[in-house]
Amino acid sequence: MVQFKLPKNSTVRVGKTWPKPEGATNVRKFQIYRWNPDDGENPRVDTYFLDMDKCGPMVLDALIKIKNEIDPTLTFRRSCREGICGSCAMNIDGINTLACIYGMDEIKGDVKIYPLPHMPVVKDLIPDLTHFYAQHASIMPWLETKTNRPAKEWKQSIEDRKKLDGLYECVMCASCSTSCPSYWWNGDRYLGPAALLHAYRWIIDSRDEATGERLDQLEDPFKLYRCHTIMNCSKTCPKGLNPAKAIASIKKMMVERQL
Amino acid sequence: MADVNRGNRPLSPHLQVYRPQLTSITSIFARITGVALLGAAILVAWWFFAASLGAGYYDVVNGLMTSFVGDVIMFLALWALCYHALSGLRHLIWDIGIGLEVETAEKMGIGVIVGSVVLAIIVALIV
Repeated sequence: MVQFKLPKNSTVRVGKTWPKPEGATNVRKFQIYRWNPDDGENPRVDTYFLDMDKCGPMVLDALIKIKNEIDPTLTFRRSCREGICGSCAMNIDGINTLACIYGMDEIKGDVKIYPLPHMPVVKDLIPDLTHFYAQHASIMPWLETKTNRPAKEWKQSIEDRKKLDGLYECVMCASCSTSCPSYWWNGDRYLGPAALLHAYRWIIDSRDEATGERLDQLEDPFKLYRCHTIMNCSKTCPKGLNPAKAIASIKKMMVERQL
Repeated sequence: MADVNRGNRPLSPHLQVYRPQLTSITSIFARITGVALLGAAILVAWWFFAASLGAGYYDVVNGLMTSFVGDVIMFLALWALCYHALSGLRHLIWDIGIGLEVETAEKMGIGVIVGSVVLAIIVALIV
């Protein structure tokens, strides 16, 4: 349900301000969401200062520098540092993106970093994605076939393969789903842009033989139709994909199969 | 589906931190104008209803509706009608599966905002 305000245990307070680096001329201010599951306190926003002359260009570089040199308790996920693993998705400067491929030169003023919006927080910048992954699993993200297995491989024409471009690149970082107001209010039942983009990726795969079942499964007032084309998903996708378009394509297929 | 509220986990900020987007603002205004138009329709119905109840009552309601405040409310309702109609048109275009690139959607969004204001002023000048 729509709930504009944060619950009592989630309201954000002003946190600690860490000392500025000495002798630095090019200092930048970082405001970072913190929550420690062990101290029973509310979340807070801590303020850090970094010498940008001694820091890499990406937001992830700054986070790693803070963790290494200022505050080792700062907690976040990261792995590949090149936008392919999807681990470091977070809310940076008001939009969801991957910290590793978001340059700090794209941000005006202070760098504000929060976890992905409207998610239960495990610690600091780490959201619990259990439900998000369960929704992905629910759309059967695999090739469903009924005919006998071919001797060598399931073949696909070049044209049919092209239909998967713009869909298969998704790294499941959850930036899109957690940018979607519909997903915020109805995420328990609405599948959200990421899961639906994956659903469409299998629906239009020429080798898949469960298209009807897949559409049947999505024929539901909540799972698919809570998408109101707000388009925050497509706007924020760090991989430049278009979940809103994929969802619209599913809706269109729903109508076309009734004709 | 999955149990995600183990312990006393806080909910991360959402509306509080997410930057408003052109497409999200035009979307929420489609809904706001839709609801507001219901209120405006009730006002107009009340106006007609008053006419059926007799001259005295009608004079009171008519006075309210044609006052400066009434004019402002009716002009805003007119704008809301234009906005809601153009926005609905945008949704029809999306429903046939086109105009869903972010750039196109944003251009149509600006079109809806500018178009609704222009349309409302033109109608107001004619009527």
